[in-house]
Parts: sequence; structure tokens; C-alpha cells
Amino acid sequence: MSARSERSTVWLIASRELRARLLSKSFIWTTTVLVVIVVAGGLVLNLAQRSSTASDVSVGLTPQSAASAPLLAALSKASGLEVTTEEVSEDAGTRSVRDGDLDALLIPTDDGYRVVVDEALDTRLSAILTSLAGQRVLGEQITALGGDPASVNAAVAGAVVDVDRLKPAEEVDGGQVVAGYLAGILLFMALMTCGQLITQGVVEEKTSRVVEVLLATVRPWQLLVGKISGIGGVGLVQVLAVVAASVGSALGFGLLDGTSLDLGAAAGWTVLWFLVGFTLFAIALAAAASLVSRQEDVGSVTGPIMTLMVIPYAIGVSIGPWDPNNPLMVWMSYLPFCSPLVMPIRVAVGGAGTGEALIALAINLAVIPLLIWLAARIYGNAVLHTGGRLRLRTALGGRAA
Amino acid sequence: MSSLFIDRLTKRFGEFTALDSMSFEVGSGEIFGFVGSNGAGKTTTMRIVLGVLSADSGQVSWQGRPLDLVSRRTVGYMPEERGLYPRMTVGEQLVYLARLHGLARSSATDAMERWTERLGIADRQTDEVMRLSLGNQQRVQLAAALIHQPDILVLDEPFSGLDPVAVDVMSEVLREQADRGVPVLFSSHQLDLVERLCDRVGIVRAGRMEADGTIEELRATAVPRWELVSDAAPAGWAGSVTGVRVVSEDGPRTVVETGIDGADQQALAAALAYGPVRAFGPVRPSLTELFRHVVSEPTPRPRTGGPDTPAPSGPLGGTS
Repeated sequence: MSARSERSTVWLIASRELRARLLSKSFIWTTTVLVVIVVAGGLVLNLAQRSSTASDVSVGLTPQSAASAPLLAALSKASGLEVTTEEVSEDAGTRSVRDGDLDALLIPTDDGYRVVVDEALDTRLSAILTSLAGQRVLGEQITALGGDPASVNAAVAGAVVDVDRLKPAEEVDGGQVVAGYLAGILLFMALMTCGQLITQGVVEEKTSRVVEVLLATVRPWQLLVGKISGIGGVGLVQVLAVVAASVGSALGFGLLDGTSLDLGAAAGWTVLWFLVGFTLFAIALAAAASLVSRQEDVGSVTGPIMTLMVIPYAIGVSIGPWDPNNPLMVWMSYLPFCSPLVMPIRVAVGGAGTGEALIALAINLAVIPLLIWLAARIYGNAVLHTGGRLRLRTALGGRAA
Repeated sequence: MSSLFIDRLTKRFGEFTALDSMSFEVGSGEIFGFVGSNGAGKTTTMRIVLGVLSADSGQVSWQGRPLDLVSRRTVGYMPEERGLYPRMTVGEQLVYLARLHGLARSSATDAMERWTERLGIADRQTDEVMRLSLGNQQRVQLAAALIHQPDILVLDEPFSGLDPVAVDVMSEVLREQADRGVPVLFSSHQLDLVERLCDRVGIVRAGRMEADGTIEELRATAVPRWELVSDAAPAGWAGSVTGVRVVSEDGPRTVVETGIDGADQQALAAALAYGPVRAFGPVRPSLTELFRHVVSEPTPRPRTGGPDTPAPSGPLGGTS
């Protein structure tokens, strides 16, 4: 058979897988749900950011208390609460408080302030106002003693405590942590989903005996390669959709303000690691799945491989975003099968540079030829075996076929 | 076209010998019926012909050359069990299989239309295979075997599970294909059907071809039997006649086997000595009887037993 028609056979098999899976309801639903989750997550983060910056309190000041505005501003700035002030008459201010346009109305009294609020006074604002009242009394006393309250206040404000850190705190960048999480979770989910598609596909062909009809015209490796590339293409579509949704919502909702996250690199590496991770796991899972004939038995042969996916994932997302250079993380990020789940988190969080990622990539790629050789042998021998589970040694020995 | 030669195929699965020097020939335009007990090696032979299984020794050749992957594309194969994607529609499935056999998309679609029409499943083209009844799935399977206009047909139990109408359609189609010059090899346990349809029959036992030829040829090799009806002859009358073995005695009806020439006439004479004989004539054994005869002979060599279908299972597959 010519090389051209061998390629077209593989392409024919791959395109069948693509069509069958891309149009399947489960695929459309999972992808839609993932995209919606990512976009909704971006929206929530955006709202959270906005409400934390927009948590300013508006205080109405009557003409009598208007002079306190600069001091109130200084105090509120020190406490981290953004307070806006507005000069209103007492009546108008009371109405505004009732309507919710103002959070509080400040009316000076002889010994302090009267605060008009709708229901309750914000505790932080209460502290600020108490302090404001104290300052006012202090100012009056200073004036009575012949001093200048403004210069005293300036001196007080100038008195600072210098903190000398012996151990600089680890800087945690929120954007990077989120990206690290997202990369880890997305890769795990995509690899898991595609891994299941592979095992289901292989066993479905065995159970329904289609494989017998197929292998009468195509070679086992063509079937294996076609199936893996078809399902890989399906997974790639899903990963690209979710990555695009993540990048889109990150940009669209302005989630990148104040983070040093390199979004392009994080997205690019995630896609690249999906491809490498998928290739490794798909080959291993296809070979493992070919040992059994029924869907019920799949778990017994693919369990160890799935563990190889779950453990790095669990460690990666629990330690990675906070401590990307933990020795365990570093080791696992170079280990074949573990790298695809761990290295992208380290890269996203900024724990590993391009150089380290390229080394891990090279190690993983180097394993693939060996894996293909083993898998082709196992698959070729086992895929026509029906009945009970075939022992791995028998499949490798090649006596079965 | 040319004959399909199966030449001394041997296949072992561990300790179990599935095929032991299996040899026969299916001529061009000939329907060859492959019969034998479960586990006799029929499916294994067919799988080896299809290259789905490799033989330990021996070869399958066609047009003077061993069958390889390229020439196997011209074989139409129907496996014993359903070999279809359950969730793919009938039409897509057939077009896909045709294209794997090298047909272009347009001719694959044409062939799919033609065969679904011919086999009475045209209105099921857009249904998933799993929604079809077993009999209709079997028709789809036959269409899958025929869709690429094969030069050789190998069908494992094509008639199992078919209703009488479908059996007629299947028989017609097989005859048509044979008339095109295609060697048709099929296995079946429905011996009356094999007897009616096949040009030649091969009886397999324990991985060997025990007997093959036309039904007439097979009959000729069997020990002749005679039936004699006499009211007058007492029970056990034939027991003392030289060269005669009583097969069955049922009232006036006695069936005997004769080991030597002329023994039938001696038996007749012996019966006539008791009184009138109402009927006397040769019994033409049916394929079923020939089959039983071949299969019930003592086993020629020790075997270690095996699974029903000599697939590479059982002895090799542990559940550990």
C-alpha cells in the first residue's frame, strides 16, 4: 500500500472519530458548561474586584461639619475605607440617607457628632467617625492651649513606624494563582475526558467486534493512530474553547490589572502541554484498554494510569499555586506523565521559566517513541482477543495473535 | 477470477490446537459450506483468511499469490458476531466501511444506496444500528460485507438469527455473487440450508477437514444404508445376516448398513423368507446424518479441550 493511501486510511479513521465525538451531545454539553463556568468565574471575579474598590461609603456633611472633610478623608484613607463626602443641608441629607443615596449624614454637636443612618452604621465608618470626633475635640483643646491643631496633626501623621523584615514575605500574585489553578484543572479535566473517550472507543470496538471488520482492511497501528489523533483533535477543540474563553474573559473583564501574569505564555503552554500529555496518556490508555473486552473491566486495567493522572493533579493544584518551587513540585514537573499536569501550573505561577519547561517537554517527548513501540505491540496482540482479561505479559509476548 | 486456496493452516493457542493442517479450496463461482461442531476451527480458519489472526504455519492464497493486506481489501467479510458501531447510523457506517476498502466517497454512497435497497433496509439508513432488530443488523452486516464489490466472500454464520424471508434474500444474494465468479465461503449450523445452497461442503472436526466435496460425493463415501419394510419378519430378523448391521428397528421398518457388496440382497432374501416385503430401497443420508457420522467417529488424537469458538481466549486469558 502506498504511503499516501496509508495516510488517507488514518485520516479516514481520525475523521470518523472527530465527527462522531464532536457531534455527540455529551461533548457539546461538557464544552458549553466548561466555557460557561470560565466566563461566569471571570464575571464573579470582576464583580468582586469592583465591589472591593467600589466599597466606598458616602457621607453627607452639613455646612457646619464641612470643615471636617479633609480630616475625614485622611482618616478614611489610613483605614483603607474609601469615603466620599458631599455637602448637603440637614433635611436634604436626611432624605438622601432614607433613600439610600447617602450612607450617613454627619451633624456636628457640641460634644461630638450626631450621625444619621438608615439602619445601622458601618463598623469601619463608626471607627473613623469616632476617631474624627476625638481629633476634633483634641483640636479644640490644642486651640484652647494656644497651639496649632494643623501642625500637631501633621506631626502626628508624620510619625511612622519602620518595619524591618528579616524574612521578606512571599509575594502572592492573585492573577498568577488563578491562572495556575485554571491551567491545572483544565488540563486534568481535558486529559481525563479524552482518556475516557480513548478507553471507551477501544473497548467499544472490541465489544461490538467492529475491530474484526476493521482489521481485515487496516493495520492495527493505523487504527490506533487514527483513533488517538481523532480523539486528540476533539480534546484540542475543547481545550482551545476553554482557553479562549479564559483569555477572553480575563481581558474582557479586566482581570489582569495589577498582575504580572503573562497570559499569552500561560495559554500557549497549557495548549502545548495538553497535546503532550494527551499523547502520552492516550497511547498508554489505548494499550491498556485493549486488554479487556467489556466496559465494566476497563477500570481494572486503566486504574494505575489514571492514578498517574490524579496524584500529580492533586499535588499540583494544592501546592503549586502557593509554592511552585516546592521540591516535590519541581521533581514531578520533570517526570514523564506528571509534567503535563504540574509544569503548566509552575509556569503560570511564575515558578519555572521557559528553559525549565522546555527541558521537561524534551524529557516527555523522548518517552513517546518507546511508549508507541510498547503500545503498538500490546494493542496489536490484544485487540482481537475476546473473553477474559488478557495478561499484560501475554500481550507483550505476542503469542495471542 | 480464481480459486481461494487454504493450504495446511495450523494454529495453536497455548496448549490448544485450533487448526491442524486445515486445507481446502473454494473454486471461483462456488458456494462452499463450512460445517462442524462448535470449536472445530471454522471461525479460526476464517479469521486467518481475513488476516485478523495469523497462522502458525500454512498459507492462504488467491490468484497464485498469498493474500496480503492489499488483496484482502477485495474480500467481503461478515464476522460471526455483529461487527458494527452501535451508535453510528446505518448509512454512515456502510459508507465509512466502503471507504476503508478504498472506495471514493461518491461511489461508496451509491453502493450504500444500492445495497440498503436490495436488502430491504433503505428506510433505516438514518437510524443508529443499535435501534435495529437483530435480523436487520444482520442485513446491515451483509451489506457491509458486499458494499465494496468483493472478489472473495467469507461469511461466518450469515444465516443465524434471520427470519425465513431474510434467509431467502441472503441465499439469493450469495448465489448472485457466486454467479459473478466470486468464491463464497460460509459457515452454518443450519445443515438443511447448507445442503440446499452449497455447491460443495466441508465437514470440519478438531481443526481438520474431515471430508469435503459435493453432497453426492460425501454420500458416496458413506456406508450404504437400506430400508426394508416387512410385517412378517420377526423382531431382530436381520441380526444374523452376514455383512449387515442393524441401524434401527421400528415396528415393520428396519434400517441396515451393509459392509460388503451384495449384503443388501442377502438381507432382502432373509426377509422374504419370512413373508412379503412391502418396501426395500437405499436410504439417501441427509447432510445432517453425514455430519453426525463424521463427527461421531472416535477422536483421532488427544485434545486438551477448548472454548466454543476457537478465538484466542480461554486458555490464554486469565482473569487474574
